[in-house]
Amino acid sequence: MSEDELMDQCVVIDADRRDELGHPMGYRELNERIREAVSKGCKNVVLNNVLGQRYIGSTIGVARIEIHGTPGNDLGAFLNGATIEVFGNAQDVTGNTMNAGRIIVHGNAWDITGLAARGGTILIRDDAGYRVGINMKEYEDTKPSLIIGGSVRDYLGEYMAGGSILVLGTGVTEGQSPIGLYIGAGIHGGRLFIRGKVESYQLGAGATITDIAEDDIEELESMISEYELAFGKKIERDWSKFVKIAPQDSRPFKGYYDKTLI
Amino acid sequence: MDHRGRYDRVDDMGIRSHMAFDERRYVVEIPHSMKYQMGSCGIAGAINVNGEKIPGSMIETMITTMAERENGLGAGFVCYGLFPDHTDEYCLQFLFDDDDARREVEEFMKDWVEVEWDEKVYTSTNFIRIAPPFPLVRRYFALPKRKSVQFWMQGLDDDDYIVRMVMLINAKIKGAFCVSSGKNMAVFKGSGYARDIAKFYDIFRYSGEMWLSHSRFPTNSPGWWAGAHPISILDWSVCHNGEITSYGVNKKYVEMFGYNCALLTDSETITYLWDLLVRRHGLPVEAAAFSMAPQYYSEIERMGSQERELATRLRMTYKEAFLNGPFSILVGRGDPITMIALADRKKLRPMVVGRADDDSEFYVASEECAIKAVNKDTSTWTPKAGNPVVIKAGEGLVRTGLEPPFQGVV
Repeated sequence: MSEDELMDQCVVIDADRRDELGHPMGYRELNERIREAVSKGCKNVVLNNVLGQRYIGSTIGVARIEIHGTPGNDLGAFLNGATIEVFGNAQDVTGNTMNAGRIIVHGNAWDITGLAARGGTILIRDDAGYRVGINMKEYEDTKPSLIIGGSVRDYLGEYMAGGSILVLGTGVTEGQSPIGLYIGAGIHGGRLFIRGKVESYQLGAGATITDIAEDDIEELESMISEYELAFGKKIERDWSKFVKIAPQDSRPFKGYYDKTLI
Repeated sequence: MDHRGRYDRVDDMGIRSHMAFDERRYVVEIPHSMKYQMGSCGIAGAINVNGEKIPGSMIETMITTMAERENGLGAGFVCYGLFPDHTDEYCLQFLFDDDDARREVEEFMKDWVEVEWDEKVYTSTNFIRIAPPFPLVRRYFALPKRKSVQFWMQGLDDDDYIVRMVMLINAKIKGAFCVSSGKNMAVFKGSGYARDIAKFYDIFRYSGEMWLSHSRFPTNSPGWWAGAHPISILDWSVCHNGEITSYGVNKKYVEMFGYNCALLTDSETITYLWDLLVRRHGLPVEAAAFSMAPQYYSEIERMGSQERELATRLRMTYKEAFLNGPFSILVGRGDPITMIALADRKKLRPMVVGRADDDSEFYVASEECAIKAVNKDTSTWTPKAGNPVVIKAGEGLVRTGLEPPFQGVV
């Protein structure tokens, strides 16, 4: 096949191809085949029957990867611009230290989603697990954003140094909070937006509830429309229901070890 | 990278990488130096609540789908509902180094129990990647000798009597280890990859109402045959992913109640704690789970008055049963066959629960792919930290792990 033909076509890889022991394709082989296709110029890769293969799409620059099944841990680790769309649930550590690009999950993503993300966008249609968005960071124009349609558990945005997290709280029972405890513990940069109830005891050390400013509404608007576009859902824009959590200070533990600095 | 910090190669996409990560150099197998770069134990369990049998091949598929989580230093399976013809006898399954150890154990047991039936457990060393030596595996269906001097001297009930005997054998007899001692269940474990241990015992020939399995990535305890999980006493068995940093306190606590820690691993204290708290002290599962993975006092303060009272008392009474450190455990119990899944109070280890669409089977695993590998028609969720999931044969899903901690108890 010539390179031009490959450009227009999408490469379909069936990860269900079993070895002699009946086990699915190993993650090394799968990633090798994805990289091979992308390096030849293919811009569309479709993976069928994915079953727990790790590191899918890691470091890929320009491509669109469509995943049917359950991708394994570290999906899109160090992602460098590609779009990954998962039709199913993702596992842990989705978007580990991603640099740029988009990860769209039509389902749930469990613990440590968006760990140390430095850029790009992660969109989760439903719920996420514990320690989501931990240690995200931003630099100048490179800002990661993490949008979760449902609810999350404890330690959301722990040690956050930059970027934005939005929790829409869809499907949460009236009067319940869409987030867990210790939200933004040790946060010193970035911002979290929660649609729904947030009590002060849910905040971690260094986090505080602040007012939503004009700039924030602009950002919220763009994040919500991105979510709507990705999943074809309509989100009500009642800004009074949104709560913003931000760091108290850029150095929350100043004076913690050296009291003379206070 | 060379000594000036330059990269060895630039791939077709312009991404720079180090030579060590050039995967084309390693086609056949993972290079030795990279074996320890990732991984952690894997746990998987499946239960049928309608009393139908689950084949061993299903649990083998579940645990080997997560093969990245193990490093070949231990794996094991436990099957419940395995001996419908021997439901009253305790099935004592042993690993022996040699026939001398076997004879010594048989001699020892003569004073303690009446062996109704004993048999060699099928093992096969064909096509497996485990280096010899292999242990001899044998099981004994036994009942306590009620009229013996030993039984009279011990003055214990049947269960405690068997526990005492197993503890003595494991502590005193060299080259012999009792890996399971429950009724209607047996443990198949060893040092090797899960798929090799499955082949060694040929677990495909067995089927039962509940299976639990574990693949090991030992971090701070040696990998050896008896030290693999599930770790079992009576009909309790525990598969554990994580590590118990409070091991010293927990070990001393269970030793005060007559348990002997002989496996050189932190995970065995968990098994003994479940036996102690639930069987001997009669705590409900929710209370026992709370004692092991309690909430913070700041959370206890926000509970209702009754729950707060109970939580405070549990924390005070069972402070030595508090398991500190990351863990997710799968606990099995017979009669009625029950699966309990519990993660630590900060959820530092993964755990996903799956429910078959027809509500007949439930699955718990470290990774969702293990569940989807055996049944695509499942809905999955993750339980809350320190909140037990309880599934009982005959009753179904008793607790989802999302309820308040003492729902149904106070």
